Amino acid sequence: MNDFNRNRLVDWALKLYVALSFGFIFAPIAASFVFSFNADRFPSLPLGGFSTVWYEAVWNDPLVWEGLRNTLIVGIVVSVLATVIGFGAAYTDFRYRFFGKTVYVALALLPPTIPVVILGLAMLAFLSSTHLSGAIYSVMIAHVVMCAPFAMAICRLRLSQMDPSLEAAAWNLGATEWMAMRHVIIPFCKPAIFSALFITMAVSFDEFAVAWFVSGLNETLPVKVLGFLQGQVSPRINVIGTFVFIASMTLVILAQILLMKRSAAPAGGAKETGAVTP
Amino acid sequence: MRKSITLYGLTFSLPMFVWQAAFFLAPLLFLIALSFWSVRNFRMEPDFNLENWIRMLGRAVFWQTYLRTLLLSASAAVITSALAFPCAYGIAFKLSDTARRWAIFLMVIPFFTSYLVRIYSWQIFLSDNGIINALLAKVGLGPFAMLNSVFGMMIGYLTLSFPLVVLLQLFSLVFVDKTLIEAAHNLRCGRLRTVFEVVVPASKVGLVIAALFCFILTFGDFVSPLYLGGGDPPTLSILITDTTKSGQQWPRAAVIALTMIATLLAIAFAAVSFAYRERGR
Repeated sequence: MNDFNRNRLVDWALKLYVALSFGFIFAPIAASFVFSFNADRFPSLPLGGFSTVWYEAVWNDPLVWEGLRNTLIVGIVVSVLATVIGFGAAYTDFRYRFFGKTVYVALALLPPTIPVVILGLAMLAFLSSTHLSGAIYSVMIAHVVMCAPFAMAICRLRLSQMDPSLEAAAWNLGATEWMAMRHVIIPFCKPAIFSALFITMAVSFDEFAVAWFVSGLNETLPVKVLGFLQGQVSPRINVIGTFVFIASMTLVILAQILLMKRSAAPAGGAKETGAVTP
Repeated sequence: MRKSITLYGLTFSLPMFVWQAAFFLAPLLFLIALSFWSVRNFRMEPDFNLENWIRMLGRAVFWQTYLRTLLLSASAAVITSALAFPCAYGIAFKLSDTARRWAIFLMVIPFFTSYLVRIYSWQIFLSDNGIINALLAKVGLGPFAMLNSVFGMMIGYLTLSFPLVVLLQLFSLVFVDKTLIEAAHNLRCGRLRTVFEVVVPASKVGLVIAALFCFILTFGDFVSPLYLGGGDPPTLSILITDTTKSGQQWPRAAVIALTMIATLLAIAFAAVSFAYRERGR
């Protein structure tokens, strides 16, 4: 029938559209990879010769190394702090009912909805008035604020797959609250905790705006990239971009594997969420 | 499970509260105080001075920038939602389960790639001697000036918000009751009409929230307007970075920031109440 044909055509067109959308999303990422190996200074078509000259330029740039070091230090500290804080908040939301809980949860999840320029300005003004700005720990403070909500969301999703009576069962069997936490809750949340560590680290690796406001001279790598962007054309951005992409993707894929592998095994529950959470 | 306050409970609940109160809430509240400070001899002094507010809000340039930014973000929200919907629809209804899972995974990847690098990459595509113009030249077209234009800015806004909007739309489309669609088809409702009269209303909340997030993201973004849009005339976020970075006029930047927050709150409230309206009817 006519209707059947039209159906196929529409399906096909929609699938094509989905493919095109991915083309749009990945075009800049792919181009940055391709042009990082391009010899020409001004990137365009046709491509110049294959060259690793920009990789060498980046490798020999002490500023990049300094930025990378700052990024790594910030990323590691931030991921640990944000995950600890986020896990605590998730557990609180999971277990307790108290007056003002809505406010508590809102406070925990609100930071990502505030535009980064505003957050940057507020942090800069506040931290410099308390003499905490312009140092590497200023970036850490700000990034924990921005990353903790992600850690909380990831841990909360995992906790929602847990039967609340598991904890109560541990208490009935004579465990203290601390022991139940140590032997029941934390093992159950372990994949989510690791995944939160990796995701928050990846978020911190890419954050440039607030870091730009508060870092002073202790610039992280993305802030350096912003500096390159303000200057003239620099294919170094492509090299750094490729590098950061690979680093972030490694973290995200590790997080994904952890969530997928473990969430399938114990306690069943909503298996879907494990595969879907970013 | 009612419990009194215990050391155990506080150990887990307090760190988040203390940290976000001290380093998130306090800076935002400080911003309000800062907007009343005065600047004398290039130094900021605590004060209760309405001058910053009067100065900033009294300028025609400020309101032009304000309206322009509002219009740009609103257009971005509409354009992105319109472009994202067929994509989300295709992923939700036309792909197999495995393909859908892969599509979601691929949609998440952009969140973990540097936005700056992607914007720089778009410069390579859009510049006068860039990839797109080089390709168009082969067909005998162009060159078109795409960089430093509203078009370039919109490409940047799409780069920023398209994946998120698709994901948010997708999550609401997935939960649309499929029997509703079948029922509409059985009742001889046309394909397109089914989409607009069944699927869209059923996923309205998600669609509005997605557009709202697009608005929030683009409203506060200074990278696309600056590096793809040319930065002239500026947007509010460019105004904030300029005012902050070029010296001690932080109180005025605070005024801009607070105006932005007030606007965002109003828009968010309007969007959410619009999203949930009519549900009871």
